[in-house]
Amino acid sequence: MAYKTVFEDCDILVVGGGMGGCGAAYEARYWGRDMKIVIAEKANIDRSGAVAQGLYAINCYMGMQWGENQPEDHVRYARNDLMGMVREDLAYDMARHVDSAVHKFEEWGLPIMRDPKTGHYQREGKWQIMIHGESYKPIVAEAARKSADKIDNRIMVTHLLRDENHPNRVGGAIGFNVRTGDLHVYKAKAVIVGAGGASHIFKPRSVGEGMGRTWYAPWSSASAYALPILLGAKMTQMENRIVLARFKDGYGPVGAYFLHLKTYTQNAYGDEYESKWYEHTKAMVGEYIDHHPTPTCLRNHAFLQEVAAGRGPIHMVTKEAFQDPHKETVGWENFLGMTISQAIVWASQDIDPKYVNPELTTSEPYVMGSHATCSGAWASGPEDLSPSEYYWGYNRMLTVEGLFGAGDALGGTAHAFSSGSFTEGRLAAKAAVKYIQDHAKDKVKVSDRQIEDLRKVIYKPMETYQIYRNEIVGGTVSPHYILPLHGLQRLEKIMDEYVGGIGVNYMTNEPLLKFGLEKLKILQEDLEHTGAEDLHQLQRAWELKHRVIASECVTQHTLFRKETRWPGYYYRGDHLKLDDENWHVLTLSRRDPESGQWEMEKAPVYHIVD
Amino acid sequence: MPTFVYMTRCDGCGHCVDICPSDIMHIDPTYRRAVNIEPNMCWECYSCVKACPQNAIDCRGYADFAPLGHSVRVRREEEKGTISWRIKFRDGREKNFVSPITTKPWGEAIPRLADLPVPDGNAMNSQLLCHEPDALNINTGLPVMAKNKFKQGVYY
Repeated sequence: MAYKTVFEDCDILVVGGGMGGCGAAYEARYWGRDMKIVIAEKANIDRSGAVAQGLYAINCYMGMQWGENQPEDHVRYARNDLMGMVREDLAYDMARHVDSAVHKFEEWGLPIMRDPKTGHYQREGKWQIMIHGESYKPIVAEAARKSADKIDNRIMVTHLLRDENHPNRVGGAIGFNVRTGDLHVYKAKAVIVGAGGASHIFKPRSVGEGMGRTWYAPWSSASAYALPILLGAKMTQMENRIVLARFKDGYGPVGAYFLHLKTYTQNAYGDEYESKWYEHTKAMVGEYIDHHPTPTCLRNHAFLQEVAAGRGPIHMVTKEAFQDPHKETVGWENFLGMTISQAIVWASQDIDPKYVNPELTTSEPYVMGSHATCSGAWASGPEDLSPSEYYWGYNRMLTVEGLFGAGDALGGTAHAFSSGSFTEGRLAAKAAVKYIQDHAKDKVKVSDRQIEDLRKVIYKPMETYQIYRNEIVGGTVSPHYILPLHGLQRLEKIMDEYVGGIGVNYMTNEPLLKFGLEKLKILQEDLEHTGAEDLHQLQRAWELKHRVIASECVTQHTLFRKETRWPGYYYRGDHLKLDDENWHVLTLSRRDPESGQWEMEKAPVYHIVD
Repeated sequence: MPTFVYMTRCDGCGHCVDICPSDIMHIDPTYRRAVNIEPNMCWECYSCVKACPQNAIDCRGYADFAPLGHSVRVRREEEKGTISWRIKFRDGREKNFVSPITTKPWGEAIPRLADLPVPDGNAMNSQLLCHEPDALNINTGLPVMAKNKFKQGVYY
């Protein structure tokens, strides 16, 4: 392929310009005044990442200035919701800084609602504050634009580069421009991965044209995981996929409804059902069911059991709350600010929640590190908070030297959301600047050979298509290659049926997981024969490869943890109960970049808060 | 569809192509008009709809569950700092909403960090981020934890 190679030498490369990446670029500029800071973004940072569409709430704000919450409270909350399994050092560290980020957002023009009585930010619940966040991302992107030396939009980063002067150190990243096709090679002294988590690794409920209607953005293609995994970084909690209870079909958010509008759920016959499943859930998880608030997965569990018992659908009771015009406005604007599809679904079916109680559903599973879940890379914590197993010198540095994570990429930090991801980016950036200063004499080496080898791999799907395209006429069926969409659908089917998707009611077991791994291996062999007709399809081909690598990791973790830690997110049929005796631990994996073999281990959970 | 383009209104300016987070708005090479090349990877995020200067892009709900006859239209006005929505139900009822999108003039409220005083050498080794501790709005400084509190095992 006759595409140019564009070289860029920089100090800090930020991969992904979502909330985490923008926070990283901003903070890096403050500490690294003379450093060259570059963002490589797959789309356009003005509207990229999970916040592209907007947000109606900032879900993580302490309110320390009003004594509302302290960082310890956040740790207790996140730990409780994840049934004990979070990195408390990372959670505490994010929480103690997050308020300063939110105050800056307000200073930059983000409209934050205020409680007319107290003058404090308007709370949706204990943790969320309400915003008019349609332009949240463009506002934050401006901060990143004013900080970075260069922003390369439309770069699909496919691989991280290895520093050949030092074993186990990152040397930069490589990818291609999806508009020009040019190969972009970034040599960097430090890399911060702020890429997206994984939607579309499990079969979605929506079909055909609607398959894009997933809860998490379809452009979240698991690069947050595949990039560090391919370089040999350790991952944690990848079995901790999340299933969301949301308004049916549109996946409209329910948080503001439950917490601010005080709506509640009932089964098809108008009965309260959650309490009926108390004993059943207690038998599986013990005292965790008595904790307050009830862990999200356990509320899902009651929902799923009630539907399986034949008393679905579950409804959200909106008719009472929506008689108040203020609440009605909040309900609709909640969608328009962040999930416009739900307004479309209701408009198209004449569902007015003032007169009808709308249906809820449970989503397909997602793997991500920034929402109410904490899959991601295993990272060092801060010096002043972390036990020795969690600390190796630089805050948020992964187990590969010079490689840092933020947002979805970072494992163990549940309930970070948008403001927490931005804060994690800031923490990673300050540490990255320090890392570069400490290693000022080290030269990073990325050989032409490494680049040339990757170039061949990166463009291969286009070459495959060129070679074989004349054997089909006007169709998509070829004996020699599969298209990215074919591969995606096969991946979703494997994950759904073997790894606990909607098709099996989130249930799996050891034999199923082993079958799943075999099928994923064959899929990876077939992906060597992916055909890409153009640059857009080449991007889809690489998104798919990232999704498959992440899926393999998810399956390995699910197999390793012989326990149902989070009923309602997934079930191990062969180990249906929570098992604190053997599994009150974090799970870690590492894929050997040479052999592709996975090694699993357990890491202790340290509680730093009572 | 979900997003689609009114061909007579589109002038092929490419704003939607520039902004689409999913890389699915492209310019059709024959007609020189924008087109959604991959509707099944559209999130209905409305980024293209809001970006179109001609109001040429709209959404039709996903075919697998959204019946025809509805519309959700939007107008985002940066100079006014507002966004307006009109929801039309299938049966003709309408709902209208207006929200602020910013409280400051665009492009002016965010400082260039490079213009701020250079932090002193000790600051690099502290746990503080830029603007801290001031921006935390508390008098007690950055919260810390005693290291001797680590506890392994089940916490309750």
